[in-house]
Amino acid sequence: MGTIVLLTLTGLGLAALYFLVASGLALVFGLADVLNFAHGLFLGVGAYATWWAAGNLPGAGPDGLGFVLAAAFGVVAGAVVAMLVELVMIRPLYSRTIEQVLVTVGLSLAGVALLQATWGADPRPFPRPEWTRGVTEILGAKVPNSGLLLILAAVVVLGGLLAFLRWTRYGLIIRAGVENREMVTALGIDVRKAFTLVFAIGGAAAALAGALGGIYFGSVSPGQGGSLLIFAFIVVVIGGMGSVVGAAYAAVAVGLLQQFVNYYGTSGAGDICVVALLAVVLLLRPQGIAGKVATA
Amino acid sequence: MTVEPVLTVEDLSVRIAGLHILQGVSFTVAPTGVTVLLGRNGVGKTTTLRAVLGLTPTQGEVRGTVRMGARSLVDQPTHRLVRDGLGYVPEDRCVFAGLTVTENLRLAERRGSVPAYDRVYELFPELDRRGRQRAGSLSGGQQQMLAIGRVLLNDNRLLLVDEPTKGLAPKVVTEVAEVLERVAAAVPVLLVEQNLAVVRRLATDAVVLAAGRVAWTGPARDLLLETALTKSLLGVGSVEVHS
Repeated sequence: MGTIVLLTLTGLGLAALYFLVASGLALVFGLADVLNFAHGLFLGVGAYATWWAAGNLPGAGPDGLGFVLAAAFGVVAGAVVAMLVELVMIRPLYSRTIEQVLVTVGLSLAGVALLQATWGADPRPFPRPEWTRGVTEILGAKVPNSGLLLILAAVVVLGGLLAFLRWTRYGLIIRAGVENREMVTALGIDVRKAFTLVFAIGGAAAALAGALGGIYFGSVSPGQGGSLLIFAFIVVVIGGMGSVVGAAYAAVAVGLLQQFVNYYGTSGAGDICVVALLAVVLLLRPQGIAGKVATA
Repeated sequence: MTVEPVLTVEDLSVRIAGLHILQGVSFTVAPTGVTVLLGRNGVGKTTTLRAVLGLTPTQGEVRGTVRMGARSLVDQPTHRLVRDGLGYVPEDRCVFAGLTVTENLRLAERRGSVPAYDRVYELFPELDRRGRQRAGSLSGGQQQMLAIGRVLLNDNRLLLVDEPTKGLAPKVVTEVAEVLERVAAAVPVLLVEQNLAVVRRLATDAVVLAAGRVAWTGPARDLLLETALTKSLLGVGSVEVHS
């Protein structure tokens, strides 16, 4: 029983990490039709900015409120970089899919190279607040607090995103834009502002994943964002392009599947099963769990 | 005294994916009444409306002049044209299926102007009653009402309306025509319409397109009275009456 609970909660922790990266990716793709391969860079920026702030930013630190401030700095850095990427590199290329892919792939490679050049290629120990190093006993299982923190953060982000989509003017524009971007424009709305906003939101969520992922893995390295991005893309496709709720369901499915198969099967079999799940979804329900709807 | 047109289209050419869809189209829209854009399927009626509104695909090429009053509309972003008073009711309604009726209307609100919900609900009381219903679950007629209501939430200088009666039941066609008649009393309309009964009821002027060019232009009555002309230009011999 304890093993099942542990696997479930660590699987959900992994799912939370995937969701934080995938939610922004899904909104960006759903609204702006941009397949953003640079999204992993925002995670890297968030992780490194948090790591840097914990040691250098006045008031910030590796524990308690100091770490909260460091993580907030990381989230803001991720959002700002995402906005700049949209404004400078993506905006001139809307409706030019191939160029977008080339630019975002190039940017992700250049971003990793920049992080390596600045802080080296080796993983750096990440500041871990005292509480996150411990475990909490739940139904006989000793669950790492870092995983619980990830789950809590993902639930808060999911609730915040749904509230934003449901109750705000820009949320309304994004939901409509995911359905029919051209018609939003034909109602007199400058949809490009919404593009910038979803990039910022996606960048912030990915940066939060970077900060909390640093705690979860205990270290930060330049290539971390890229490896998580692959699973985030799978989550987006399974969940349905543009759907935050779909991304949440898919992240849970992928996280749990990976964790259970890796434990009960051979190591690495979980990844293969995830790809198999993707293939099954694409064959049986190509639009994903939720279809192209920015659910609110 | 010469009446200034509300819209002037001169030598408009549109090329999309190698197809020369519009080949030098020129016409004007009077500041009152309904100017109807007619022609057989595929002659470029919808392309004309979309070009006026700046909705030609990015890979398309638009040449020519489009002016609303003295102001050139070419190369202006669509959202700005709409904010400046160019209302658009697209073909196939294009309501946001996943949003409620109220959310569809709220989306059309413009900053700096008071939305005319009274006007919309007076014309379409059904929209008020169905405010919480998802637009995707409305009937075709109700969706058309929503698409028109969305535009009427704001004051416009010109309405571009694309086939508003397409696919609707005869009774609903009559209702839509009545609404457009009332709307046209206050704001000029450039209408694409295939139903000649509706055209006869609403149109003051007509522009007929054929193979990407203007084949005929003049008072709508003159066109509709000439059976031979309508047959040669539109492929119909008589005006069918639904209303």
